[in-house]
Amino acid sequence: MAAGSLIGDLTAAGPVLTDGAWGTEMQARGLAAGETPDFWNLSHPDHVEEVARAYVTAGSQVVLTNTFRANRIALARHVDVERIAEVNRAGVEISRRAAGDQARVFASIGPCGKLLMTGEVDEAALRAAFAEQAQALAAGGADAIVIETMSDLAEAGIAVEAAKATGLPVVACMVFDSGKNRDRTMMGVTPTQAAEELARAGADAIGANCGTGIEDYIPICASLAAATPLPIWIKPNAGLPELDNGEVVYRTSPSEFAANVPKLLEAGARFVGGCCGTSPRFIEAMRRELDG
Amino acid sequence: MERFERIYEAILKGDNKAAIEVAQEAVDAGDDPQQLIDQGMIPAMAEVGRRFEDEVYFVPELLLSARAMKGALALLRPLLTESGGERVGSVVLGTVQGDLHDIGKNLVAAMMEGAGFEVIDLGADVSPEQFVTAVKEKSAGLVGLSALLTVTMPSMKSTIDALEEAGLRDQVKVMVGGAPLSQEYAEEIHADGYADNAAAAVRMAQQLVGA
Repeated sequence: MAAGSLIGDLTAAGPVLTDGAWGTEMQARGLAAGETPDFWNLSHPDHVEEVARAYVTAGSQVVLTNTFRANRIALARHVDVERIAEVNRAGVEISRRAAGDQARVFASIGPCGKLLMTGEVDEAALRAAFAEQAQALAAGGADAIVIETMSDLAEAGIAVEAAKATGLPVVACMVFDSGKNRDRTMMGVTPTQAAEELARAGADAIGANCGTGIEDYIPICASLAAATPLPIWIKPNAGLPELDNGEVVYRTSPSEFAANVPKLLEAGARFVGGCCGTSPRFIEAMRRELDG
Repeated sequence: MERFERIYEAILKGDNKAAIEVAQEAVDAGDDPQQLIDQGMIPAMAEVGRRFEDEVYFVPELLLSARAMKGALALLRPLLTESGGERVGSVVLGTVQGDLHDIGKNLVAAMMEGAGFEVIDLGADVSPEQFVTAVKEKSAGLVGLSALLTVTMPSMKSTIDALEEAGLRDQVKVMVGGAPLSQEYAEEIHADGYADNAAAAVRMAQQLVGA
């Protein structure tokens, strides 16, 4: 199967529903403050599988994996960093068990947490870290790889290349949360720049996730769609985080969120889901909206 | 163009090479380094901070300008000591215990160095004891605590409490920052200041040390 044809097949049948947030779902199942979520793939695989299963049951056609931070640079200080490949493989296997034949498994790769331009990390180290992660995800049997929450175009491009080298289809997303109109990444990247550069790096779908609420992602989705013929992937937060007695809360309700889905589709989105503050309830509401 | 104008432009554009070149010319010509700093460099960094807060500049521009400022300052600083000039102050910076996120803290460090502070950067996942030791050893007048995670925010309070218990709280001002923080939270844990971005952090630091 040619890379990218999976994405073509999925989107040909209409909008594709992805999943919602994982971290809060794992916290609800006992993930402790300061504990690295990714290592739960080895220590608490059943709980991780429950999260994936909750999304599949809610109607996700694509579920991600609990591997967002599982790269050697982000987890450099973890005592079990040498088990990083195992964490990634297990993450895919867990999501696969939950997905069965009802959903596809798109494996998650997040940023390394260091900035290339300050020299805290160099290109070679970054390339090696993402290659190691992507290969482990592919070895675990992922259907595709999703590069998420990227701010820096150089880092995102390196991740896309590393992921493409596995032969799997690749979705590449950045987080637009900065600038007067909240339409830039922290590093100042515009949706147009992101779409053009990530397509050039070989991505099969381009997107935006995290950072802001669903309404703010409608114009960003339109800008992405205008800049590339590739399918667009959007996973917004449930609004902007607010502090309530020291606790972070997101105010958008599942129904408010789902009500914006048609506008997102109109703006060109082909894959829709949620990020921080969303839950299986959001996916259920979106499922109802999509099924009309 | 006068040297102070040229160095202003170089720093504003983040042109490290040009900034160092002008600084070297000034050194060779025997210019007063304090004047170059006061008339060209500090106003340039202030403008960089303004543009960052106005979201015209983003992180890359901020980092490049801070790098140019630092490069030029490195040449001028030895002469300042000769003429009796002093650093603005020392600041101990770190991301608090349990939190490994350091991009925000590193931006603040770069901007503070650019503003002439001596920055003692303790890195990420810094324990209250490490903060206490560094403040004692460096006789720092200012501590900056960073956290990205809501779950590590309580480490800010335990760090402030540890400074109190060590009897250092009267000699050191504490400022806090990071995505989940707020002015309210800063007050609740008895911090002296809160800033919601790197440029505001520099202004807050200057205010706290009376610079």
